[in-house]
Amino acid sequence: MITKTVQSVNEAVAGVVDNMTLMLGGFGLCGIPENAISALVQRKVKGLTCISNNAGVDDFGLGLLLQNKQIKKMISSYVGENDEFERQMLQGELDVELIPQGTLAERCRAAQAGFPAIYTPAGFGTEVAEGKETREFDGKMYVLEHAFKADFAFVKAWKGDTAGNLIFKGTARNFNPVMCGAAKITVAEVEELVPAGELDPNQIHIPGIFVQRIFQGEKYEKRIEQRTVRVN
Amino acid sequence: MLDKIGIAKRIAKEVKDGYYVNLGIGIPTLVANYVPENIEVEFQSENGVLGMGPFPFEGEEDADIINAGKQTITTLPGASFFDSATSFGMIRGKHVHLTILGAMEVAENGDIANWKIPGKMVKGMGGAMDLVASAENIIVAMMHTNKAGESKLLKRCTLPLTGVGCVKKIVTNLAVLEVTKDGFKLLERAPGVSVDAIKQATGGTLLVEGDIPEMVL
Repeated sequence: MITKTVQSVNEAVAGVVDNMTLMLGGFGLCGIPENAISALVQRKVKGLTCISNNAGVDDFGLGLLLQNKQIKKMISSYVGENDEFERQMLQGELDVELIPQGTLAERCRAAQAGFPAIYTPAGFGTEVAEGKETREFDGKMYVLEHAFKADFAFVKAWKGDTAGNLIFKGTARNFNPVMCGAAKITVAEVEELVPAGELDPNQIHIPGIFVQRIFQGEKYEKRIEQRTVRVN
Repeated sequence: MLDKIGIAKRIAKEVKDGYYVNLGIGIPTLVANYVPENIEVEFQSENGVLGMGPFPFEGEEDADIINAGKQTITTLPGASFFDSATSFGMIRGKHVHLTILGAMEVAENGDIANWKIPGKMVKGMGGAMDLVASAENIIVAMMHTNKAGESKLLKRCTLPLTGVGCVKKIVTNLAVLEVTKDGFKLLERAPGVSVDAIKQATGGTLLVEGDIPEMVL
C-alpha cells in the first residue's frame, strides 16, 4: 500500500504558490473543499486561476479567496449569487472565462484520462466557439475543447482511506471525481479518514492512484445555499 | 391566457411513460408537480442525480443532496447519484428523453438565447449550452412577450445565442408552437386567446393552418 496521508491541512496545501492554476470541486456550496480553501486563504497566495463550476458566495467557499483578491481568473460555468465577484468582474479586476458545464467536466476528465482535447456539440454557433476549431461528424457540428492543465486539484469526498481511495455522498460528488488526477497534484479532504482495508474495494468511487495527498477535514460547515422545504 | 402554472400543466402532457426528463430552473421546475401519476418518469438534475423527489420536510434537509438550482431535495426509490461528466454524458449521449427549459428569446429557425444580456450581469450558461446542443426533444417554457411587452418569438435572436437550430416546441402563456423550416407553426391556443392576439405577440413568421384548437389542460 502507498500511503497518501498528510498530517495537517497546511501540509496538504504545501507547494501552492502565486499564479498557479487550481481545480476546485463542488457545485454551488455542495461538496466544496472547505478546509483547503480556508488554508489557501491563510496562505495568502495570489494571482490564482481557479477552475471551479461556481465561485462560492460572498462569505463562503471561493468567495473567501475573492474577498482577499487572491484570484486573478475564474473558469466557471455559472457565477451568480456573489456580489463581490460581480463587482470585481465589472471593475476589470477579475478575468472570467465562462464555459458550458458539460465542457468544464469533460475538460477535467480529459486531463485525468490523458486526452489532449475532446469534441463537444455544446456551444457550437455561439460566442463560446469563437476562434476554436470545429468539425463535422455525421452531419452535426462539434467544437474542439482542450484538456485543462492545472497545478493542484482540491477535492472533497465523504470517506477516504490512507491509500487515497475515495467515496462520495449524494450530489456532493459532482465535479470532485473528474478533477482527481486531472492536475499535477490532487489533494483530497474527507469527512472521515479510515485505515486502508476498511473500505470495501467494490464501493470505491475514485481509486487512490488519482490522489497524492489525503487528510480528514477538521470541521465541515456544509452551508446550504437554497434551503427549500415542502409545504404540507 | 395561462399563468406559469398553466404553462407547466400543458407541458406536463408532453411527458410520456418511461421518460427521463431534465427540468430547467423556473417554470420547468413546476412541471414535475403536474405529471400524471399513472406514468413512470425519472427527473434528472445535471449536478448529478436521477430520480429526484420533492423538497424535504423541514428538519430533513441534507446539504449533500441538492438540485441544479442549489435547492435541497429528496430522492425517490431507484434514484442514483453520479459525477458531472457522467451527468452530461447522459445528456450529450441522448439518454435523457426530454429537456424543458426557459428562454429569453427563441427564433423561427430554432435558435435559442437564454444566458446573457450584454452590459448587464453575466451569470453564465451553466448546463444550458450542453442541454440544447444535445437533446433531440427540447421544449421551451416561457412567456410569449417580455416585461416590456416585446415578443420573445423572433425572426432572429438579438441576444447572444445558447444554441443554434435546436428548439422544436414552445409552450407560452398564449400558445403551443412548433418550429418548422417555414416559421413558427401554431398548434394550440391558450384558453380564451384568439389567433389574432397570438399573431400580434409573435415577432417571427407565424404559420396558421385551418382551425387552431384550444389547449386542453
